[in-house]
Amino acid sequence: MSTVAPSRATGPAAERPARPVHRVTGARVLRSEWAKMWSLRSTWITSGLGLLFLIAFGLIAAYQFRSRISSGRPMDRDFADATALGLSLFGTNFAQLALGVLGVLVAAGEYSTGMIRSTLAAVPRRLPVLWSKAAAYGAVALLLGTFGVFVAFLADSRILAGTRAAMTLSDAGVLRSLLGAGLYLGLVGVIGVALGALLRSVAGGISVLVASLMLVPGLVSLLPSSWQDTISPYLPSHAGEAMFALQHDASTLSPTAGLLVFVLWTVAVLAGAAVRLVRSDA
Amino acid sequence: MIEAHRLTKRYGEKTAVDGLDFTVRPGTVTGFLGPNGAGKSTTMRMIIGLDAPTSGSVRVNGRRYAGHAAPLQEVGALLEARSIHPGRSAFNHLMALAHTHGIPRRRVDEVVGLTGLQSVAGKRAGAFSLGMGQRLGIAAALLGDPATVMLDEPVNGLDPEGVLWIRNLLTGLAAEGRTVFVSSHLMSEVALVADHLIVVGRGRLLADTTVRELVRQAGGDVVKVAAADPALLREALAGPGVEVTGQAGSEELLVTGLTARAIGLKAAEHGIALFELATRTVSLEEAFMDLTRDAVEYHGSTTGIEPQERAA
Repeated sequence: MSTVAPSRATGPAAERPARPVHRVTGARVLRSEWAKMWSLRSTWITSGLGLLFLIAFGLIAAYQFRSRISSGRPMDRDFADATALGLSLFGTNFAQLALGVLGVLVAAGEYSTGMIRSTLAAVPRRLPVLWSKAAAYGAVALLLGTFGVFVAFLADSRILAGTRAAMTLSDAGVLRSLLGAGLYLGLVGVIGVALGALLRSVAGGISVLVASLMLVPGLVSLLPSSWQDTISPYLPSHAGEAMFALQHDASTLSPTAGLLVFVLWTVAVLAGAAVRLVRSDA
Repeated sequence: MIEAHRLTKRYGEKTAVDGLDFTVRPGTVTGFLGPNGAGKSTTMRMIIGLDAPTSGSVRVNGRRYAGHAAPLQEVGALLEARSIHPGRSAFNHLMALAHTHGIPRRRVDEVVGLTGLQSVAGKRAGAFSLGMGQRLGIAAALLGDPATVMLDEPVNGLDPEGVLWIRNLLTGLAAEGRTVFVSSHLMSEVALVADHLIVVGRGRLLADTTVRELVRQAGGDVVKVAAADPALLREALAGPGVEVTGQAGSEELLVTGLTARAIGLKAAEHGIALFELATRTVSLEEAFMDLTRDAVEYHGSTTGIEPQERAA
């Protein structure tokens, strides 16, 4: 130790003792990412759209159902066995797009603009940036999603009171489904961030996100049915759906298994993003 | 203090930076010169860890850049390419960077004032002119009150007033004892502020020298003299440290190592009539061109504008 001491004394800190010392910490990087997120207009617009989709589509679905019942017209198969819960979650399909796309923008937007160079010059250890982005935005998507589905459900259960679809929060599985839907949207946000960081391209990130959540299930249905039954439940979209579906059968995963599989997907993409962030030049 | 040791960066077949060894010391402005494509920007990116060296290493204030607890206090960098999100205001951009180090808002206001951005700090950075963008980049570089300031082509796109501002800023920073490392492809620009020069071409180190030394090495001042009897004058001028060149049959000679005054006196002493006596100073630009002639990545060609070529 005695050999280290003299060389330290000649360091820049010793020459300028008056200079305050600041350090990079995980909490500070998180604060920076939080500030970055909310200082862009696209965050407010897109997250607002996500919330709007969740609530508006949930309400529209419930009104549609009620008007069909009162008019006495024959029901579509989709609507026949609808529940207040299912109708209130009608908007998740659209909201997941908005929230996933915003996640991609949060990460890939830094590459398309060049901001990433400033970011990584300030945090050259790099990984805290990815964790902070995923945590900050994941939390936002989780809170917005949870808030949105609860508002939609509470409104829908009023609209549908007295119909055969009526349900309340105290019904079995409802609370679990709503929390599951919020959690699903939060994880979709994290996947968006991870895809953006992995592909470093807004267009690429959005394409892969849309493909994996919406197109792949359709493609899998082209496979022989024995394969389909094995693979299908583990697809991200189906595993995610299992998190908030009220009924489960042999062809779907249980809510817990669905959550586990979906978390695994999220972790996998996030790990890929971490490897790319550390390994490749910015 | 920046120390590069055998610093090398390859992109596939192409070697952008080839075994660079240099040290940038505190207290002076060091110019980093080279033609376009010489590897200056890549070197700077490696210094702050944006690109990883293929081999070799570079240390900043004794450590790898990423190994510092407060990187922005060690090196403040302005990179050539824009490094801002156009949708964020200048103030929010700086504040976001400040948050990572816990730098207080007071310091953000300070650098905004220092770079003259007060009136536009609340505007989206995407609407900034090139010059304003450079000022914002410099504000970000100064945010951490860094011991080393590194600027890549800082005068690009600045108006004369801005250029002057940068010059004063750089000399001021060096006078405060900081390490100042500034790249340019224009010798004339660097010569005004830099004491020390690191010249690269095609990724290789061509010179690590001072401005004065570079001029001296390039041959110093040459005196052109035309005389009635060049052969006799040649004999008269001969001496240690004097070099005389000239073509046979021509009455013109080029002399190095003697002043025009000394040559005139010698000629008078020997009764040789002179028709012309002129000192030609080697400009820094010429010295730089001499040094980098073989290393220029993209040679311009003037043959294209000759009438014959155009006809063909």
